[in-house]
This record gives sequence, C-alpha cells and structure tokens, in this order.
Amino acid sequence: MSNTKLELTPGPATSPEHEAFLRSVRMEKIKVRVTQILILVIAFGLWEICAQLRIVDPFITSQPSRVIQTIFTLHQEGVLFHHIAVTCVETIIGFLLGTILGTIIAVFLWWSEFISKVAEPYLVILNSLPKIALGPIFIVWIGAGPAAIIVMTLAISLIVTILEVLNGFIAIDKEKIKLVHIFGGSKTQVLRKVLLPASFPTIVNALKINVGLSWVGVIVGEFLVSKAGLGYLIVYGGQVFRLDLVMTSVFILGIAAAVMYQGVVLFEKIVVKNPK
Amino acid sequence: MKKIVQIQNLGMKYQSLNGEINALTKINLDIHEGEFVSIVGPSGCGKSTLLSIISGLIKPTEGRVLVDGETVSGTSRKIGYMLQKDHLFEWRTIQGNIRLGLEIQKNITPDTKAYMEHLLQTYGLFEFRHKYPSQLSGGMRQRAALIRTLVTNPQILLLDEAFSALDYQTRLAVNEDIYSIIKKENKTAIMVTHDIAESISMADRVVVLSRRPGTIKEIYSIEIDIEERTPLSSREAPEFQFYFQEIWKELDVHV
Repeated sequence: MSNTKLELTPGPATSPEHEAFLRSVRMEKIKVRVTQILILVIAFGLWEICAQLRIVDPFITSQPSRVIQTIFTLHQEGVLFHHIAVTCVETIIGFLLGTILGTIIAVFLWWSEFISKVAEPYLVILNSLPKIALGPIFIVWIGAGPAAIIVMTLAISLIVTILEVLNGFIAIDKEKIKLVHIFGGSKTQVLRKVLLPASFPTIVNALKINVGLSWVGVIVGEFLVSKAGLGYLIVYGGQVFRLDLVMTSVFILGIAAAVMYQGVVLFEKIVVKNPK
Repeated sequence: MKKIVQIQNLGMKYQSLNGEINALTKINLDIHEGEFVSIVGPSGCGKSTLLSIISGLIKPTEGRVLVDGETVSGTSRKIGYMLQKDHLFEWRTIQGNIRLGLEIQKNITPDTKAYMEHLLQTYGLFEFRHKYPSQLSGGMRQRAALIRTLVTNPQILLLDEAFSALDYQTRLAVNEDIYSIIKKENKTAIMVTHDIAESISMADRVVVLSRRPGTIKEIYSIEIDIEERTPLSSREAPEFQFYFQEIWKELDVHV
C-alpha cells in the first residue's frame, strides 16, 4: 500500500544514465514549481499595476497593497485573529461532527438491512436537496448564532459522509466477515474487528471531503446570521462597499482552508499510510 | 477408528426469487479421525455449500451433520475453516492476524499465547510476526492463515479451495507445506477443490460429487504405496495416473 509512494522518492544514482534520469525528474519538478510561483506573482503584479494606473477602479476590484493594508488594520484593531478563529472553530466542529455522526449513522444503516432499505429514498432526496435552502429553517429553529452555523455545516456534510462510509462498509470483502463468523464472532465483533478498521481509510477520506464542505456550510451560515467570522466580514464588506475587506477575507479564507486541508492530509499520512 | 464427522441424509435447497435451487441431496458420508478427505465435483455442484453446512455457518434443509457425535447447530471451536484467499487483515501484523480467532473467542490465556508462539516458531513465521501481510510472500501468507486457524486448536480443518488463489509453483509448495503441518498437528481435514491432481495428492479418500443437485457419485480410497507420503511424492507414484484417469472419467467433464 505504501510501497508505491516510497518508490517515488529518488534513491542514490546507480549509473550515469540513472543520474541523468534523476536530474531530469528534478528539473521537471523545479520547472513546475517556478511556473506556479510565476503565475501567482504575475497575477498579483498585474492586479496591483492595473489598480495603480487606474486601468481598473480599485474601489471595485481592490488591490494587493490594500489587502495587505487591511490585514494590518484588522490586526491593529485586534479583531483579525478573532474573526479567523471563529470561522475556523466553527469549521472544525462542523467537519468533525459531520464525520463522526455520519459514521455512526452509517453503522446503524449497516446493522439493520431493514432500516437501510427504509431510509434509502430519504437519503437520496436529502442528498440531492441543496442544503443551503434549509438555512432559514435552522435560524428560526435554533436561533441566530454559532449553533445554527454548525448545524448548517452538518447538514451539508452529513449525508455525503453517511453514503460514503456506508459504501465503504458494503465494499468490504464478505469473506473477511465470514472469517469472523467462522471463529464464532458476533455482529459487534464483525463491526469492531473488520468493519471499522477496514473502513478507516474511507472514514479519513470522508474527513477530507468534509473539510471542503464544512467551509461552504460555515461561510453560508455566517452570511445568514453571524456577528463575527470571515463570512461575516465578506458580507459586511459587500454591504458597506468595502471591497478591500471582502478581498482580504477571501484571501485569508483561501489560506485557512488550504492549511486545514493539508492538516487532514498530514493526519491521513500519519494514521493510514504508516500503521503504528 | 472413531467417526469424527457423520453426514446423514443431507440436503440443501436455496430459495430465490427465480425459484428453488436444489444444491445438495441425500449426502451420506462418515469421516474418521485423522483422515484427509477431499471433495471434487463440477463447478456449482454444492461443494462449498457442503463445507459451510459442516462448519455450522448455514443450516441444511434436510438431514444433519454430527461432529464428535453431536449435531451441528452453529459454528463450533472444533472446526477450523480455511478460505480461498488468506484474508489476512492488512491493518494487523502477522501476530495480530494470528490471534484474531483467540480474540474473538475471548481465549487469550498464557497457554494459548504460548501455543501461538510455538506455532510461529515451528512454522518459520516467528521472525515475521511483527511484519504486515503485504510484506510476506503468497506462500507465507497462506501459512499464516493456516496458523491463524490452528491456534484456536480445532480438531477438524475445512479447506475451501484454499490454494486456488496461488500460482502453480507456489501452490505445489504450499500443498506440501500445509499437508505436513496438518499431519504433524494430527488434524482431520476436509478439502474442497476442483483440481483432481491436488485432491489425489493430498487425500486418503476422494469423494466425487455429481452435477447439481450434488450427491456422492463415487468415493475413491487413495492407496499409494510409499513410506512418508507427501503430496509431491504422491504425484510421482505410479498409482497416481490411474486414480487421475478414474476420477476424470467419473467427473465426466464436457467443454
């Protein structure tokens, strides 16, 4: 399982041809990375220049220097990390809850074929329903606050998790389950000894999907109700026509989302790829 | 010798939406302690169903199976079962895999631990006990699967096409390996296979089943006159060809 990954890390060169090959692989890597950075620099550079020369109106488009300025201002006001923290905490609670609850519900559905059959059409409908439509309902029922935002996030990630994990359960080799029965094992033992450990990679994968989905849920939730958070800053900035604030928030959001995703990827590497 | 397994008037019908499948009918067979019996038959004749019934995983619709004089009514510790593939859990080490049966039976005691260690030592897996299944060869994995079964100390081993996932060379070697372990541990074995040569090379008796509904067509006592008989030496014996021809004719294979 992990062997394929290992082969990609270059070992010591064994012959001149091999050395040439390794060099070309390294060159290729460098080329890709340089191009990636160039695109970023050129895009931001053009944006800045166009705004400076008033080719575009920075009032509408904002500009990188103003984004940096806004970050500083927010930091000086002492609210920058508060907004980031609010959104990140909501997201983390959302995707952890989504993954855990989704897995638990998937276990119930696996446990009873009857429940699973009954639930099927409901799952299909809930899965295709745009969960954002439920936003106003959550606000009315739960109240305008972080709880409604987290429920919104949960609504978006839960059904996907249930389906993903349940499919993982179903895909497990029936013979592995038979093996437990041969030893006289019970259904609980099948769950503990085979189903959960075998589905662990699937569950971590669901976690990965849920990170992305939770950001959607949190931002939509914050659009609707919040008094703090990056989503709140975006909506507020839009309402008072401060595009600097909007762009800054989007920028921070991008970085936070990328960091969180990488965190989960790292977690996956530690727990799935290298057992023990 | 003691009759350890008695199959009496056994029949099995499966129900499906398209109708009834008559898998097995009127099977009568006694298996003695320490005996190695192989079952061959055309595909779909219910060979694997027969093993599942003996193991207590499924209930027959007619007749009964007695193990050690008691009617089988569910899985029992007296019976070990080896499946077509090794099904070692890739998230457990070899030792973790081998203790699976003991864990499930909540039977991890100093005695069973010592026995596990003894088996690992005797059959050359001790150094590999902390490795993961993906780090072992196919033959070693099969051996680990056998030890996983043996460690729960069953009297009877059921082998369901246990070698068919291996390539031919490995298969011959594993036949040799598993056969010697089974004989050494003094187990009774019932092996289902579609490989006539394999069935003759390992068994004391070969049971030929008919097409569905499967019933016993013929039983061959394999008498090969060699001291220290092993699957490979049996294959070289002059009698081997004779049995092969006989069983081949009996199976009546048409393409």
